[in-house]
Amino acid sequence: MATWVLLVLTCVPAAFAQSGPVQKNWPMASGNYENSRYSALDQITSDNVKNLRVAWTFGTGVNRGHEEAPVVVGSTMYLVTPYPNFLYALDLSQSGAIKWKFEPKPLAAAQGEACCDYVNRGVAVADGRVFMNTLDGRTIALDADSGKLLWDRRLCDINVGETMTMAPLVIGDKVLVGNAGSQFGARGWIQALDAKSGTTAWKAFSTGSDADCLIGPSFKPYYAQDRGHDLGISTWPIDQWKIGGGTVWGWVSYDPDLDLLFYGTGDPASWNADVRPGDNKWCSGIFARRPSTGEAVWFYQYTAHDLYGHDGINESIVTDIELKPGEGKRKVLLHADRNGHLYVLDRQSGEVLSATPFVRVTATTGVDLKTGYLQFVADKKPQLGKTVRDIAPAAPGGKDWQPSAFSPRTGLMYLPHQTLSMDFEEAPVNYIAGTPYIGAHAKFYADPVDPGDGSRGRFTAWDPAAQKAAWTIKERFPVWCGTVVTAGDVVFYGTMDRWFKAVDAKTGRELWKFQVDSGIVSQPITYLAPDGKQYVAVVAGVGGWPGKIVSNDLKPEDPGSAHGFGNAMKDLPNYTAKGGTLYVFCLQ
Amino acid sequence: MLACLYGLTLAGCKREERDFHGDAASADTTASVQLTELVPGLPPSIEPSASAAGPVRADFEKVAFHLSEGQRLYEQFNCVGCHANGGGDIGPPLMDDVWLYGASPEQIYASLAQGRPNGMPAYGRKLSRQQTWQLVAYVRSMSGLTPKDAAPARNDFTQSVPPPNSTPATNPVSGPNPSPTAEHGSR
Ligand code: HEC
Repeated sequence: MATWVLLVLTCVPAAFAQSGPVQKNWPMASGNYENSRYSALDQITSDNVKNLRVAWTFGTGVNRGHEEAPVVVGSTMYLVTPYPNFLYALDLSQSGAIKWKFEPKPLAAAQGEACCDYVNRGVAVADGRVFMNTLDGRTIALDADSGKLLWDRRLCDINVGETMTMAPLVIGDKVLVGNAGSQFGARGWIQALDAKSGTTAWKAFSTGSDADCLIGPSFKPYYAQDRGHDLGISTWPIDQWKIGGGTVWGWVSYDPDLDLLFYGTGDPASWNADVRPGDNKWCSGIFARRPSTGEAVWFYQYTAHDLYGHDGINESIVTDIELKPGEGKRKVLLHADRNGHLYVLDRQSGEVLSATPFVRVTATTGVDLKTGYLQFVADKKPQLGKTVRDIAPAAPGGKDWQPSAFSPRTGLMYLPHQTLSMDFEEAPVNYIAGTPYIGAHAKFYADPVDPGDGSRGRFTAWDPAAQKAAWTIKERFPVWCGTVVTAGDVVFYGTMDRWFKAVDAKTGRELWKFQVDSGIVSQPITYLAPDGKQYVAVVAGVGGWPGKIVSNDLKPEDPGSAHGFGNAMKDLPNYTAKGGTLYVFCLQ
Repeated sequence: MLACLYGLTLAGCKREERDFHGDAASADTTASVQLTELVPGLPPSIEPSASAAGPVRADFEKVAFHLSEGQRLYEQFNCVGCHANGGGDIGPPLMDDVWLYGASPEQIYASLAQGRPNGMPAYGRKLSRQQTWQLVAYVRSMSGLTPKDAAPARNDFTQSVPPPNSTPATNPVSGPNPSPTAEHGSR
């Protein structure tokens, strides 16, 4: 019996040869600087993926929303949990035996300041150091080998609603980190810390003066409305920018050739937009900056004067693609925004090359490519004391933080996302530092028209050149999980009703699935272990904004729970309970 | 019959009783026991002030005025942002029968004034005692723990739960601490 178990758990060597140099590791949450989540590993293919089996598992000891990506360098996997942000180093040569564990002990009170469950999206490893963020707003560096503390810096004040949930990115000797807390009126920033000492090399705010936003002579935005003096102040009513949000809680990507980093800014605070007439710069947009100095090179605002909490923080994938046959490849960014449009941007200039709806959109009529402005529908403008119905996409957008992938082999972008509409009513808003700064009552529900069958999630393969979906898979719940695509033409993603799936990257055909212990809202990865075999890893543990109904035991009777998301997720407790388990798979 | 009518009138009077001269926003001794680093609307450097403890104002919840004031304050002091209309959000639901820190008016008063370790801000220095008791009364009405004749009959917004006066009464039980690692507490 024992031998039999061993046999099952041991993976057979792959019969496929590797072609060319491939990246074995997964050193940052997004896999690579491009944020493509594409892996050149090709042992697991669309033909053999049906033979995937569990190699080992690991219980994280935490029962809240696990949105993190495991990170792998050499023979070690680094896994950070939601609050209390345990960091485990697991030995890949010993089926995940614990090498060391680090407990940063964040302030317990920080749990009250995390809008959307107290998640963490992963760590970054570079030059023998691990960098992690904690919920109470510290960035910590540890020796990757021993787990010894190198430095620990507090960057946030929870009493103004600041927390940290994003995954750091390391460029050269700098660690890039940003804050969260737009829903508390926290003023957004990104900063570069010196990797050795943790001291701040530069810090750029998302609102306020040009000096605060590191906007100087090199700033050359493409559209006219982004040129001018101190727009981070003048596009707001007096002093509103100080509590204006624009936090940097999402993804940072980097193009080493252009030496530009790209990141999105969060929504302007509060959700009641009547208190902040103006474009509310530099919220709900994207900055391109120089990593060495932080100086801004260009900016584009996806949603000027954001009315619906549509952040701009979603990932921007760096890639070169041919948009029109014969025109040659262009240096672009691919970005599926919360506002429901899929943007192709010129990453040198910030020009919008195309912006196409990828879900049903009722709130706007598209982007005017001459001015760059998103066109709002007057009827859907929120009002005080009146409920405006069927605003699509709802506040979490056509797609939220859950990161997409891009395969150079298929030329397709893989979008995990949701199809939700909402009813929205503005309410008087009162700023009290450290408490939610919302001023709106919302209720989300399955989009009544597209798809119109009660399903709330989708996994879509998008052709950015043709500006249309190649194929799409409906899911019962929002697909709140990232994805990874491989050179074996397999795409992996997880669902909130506890399935981990592999589908054919070309056709979307389901190839394999496995039922895990709790809903998946994390980021799957793939890597080559010391034994020379390709593994796929994903963490199960439901939570996050849509999963809070389970992870924080919310009451389905209240349509306003989880800022309105509770209403769309009433049936989630019938499909999953809380959990926190890492699953690692390989071919049998 | 007459006695019954008399009783009703009395209850009705109580229901309409108003107290416009509550104390000013300052705290009492319960508020000086602070269980969290979160102090809404104040810089963290200010130390809680101590003054004489207020009377137990459990009788607030028999008065419609206090309950509707509590409803208004619940929105204005952003309780709604963390607890929704009672269904919960960042904080736990308040419309159910599960209580982490107790369902009695005194216990809820303490939760509001002192804060609670896993993210409930200490409102002791932000709310007057009167406001706090009004909030306590409204919080209890959300799970049907207050007299039906005084509880608010409507909500102020459309996306809401049935109003407190049609909320079925619950039997409070003490629940588990939701935090996975309560042993850390606050530092
Ligand atoms: C910043 C978010 C936040 C705000 C604002 C907030 N709460 Fe809380 N509240 C919490 C959290 C989180 C807990 C759970 C604390 C714990 O478990 O230690 C809690 C706990 C409570 C409890 C205890 C519940 C129990 O089961 O014992 C009550 C009562 C309560 N809050 C009422 C209020 C009221 C009334 C207001 C407004 C004056 C308010 N809260 C504002 C986050 C918040």
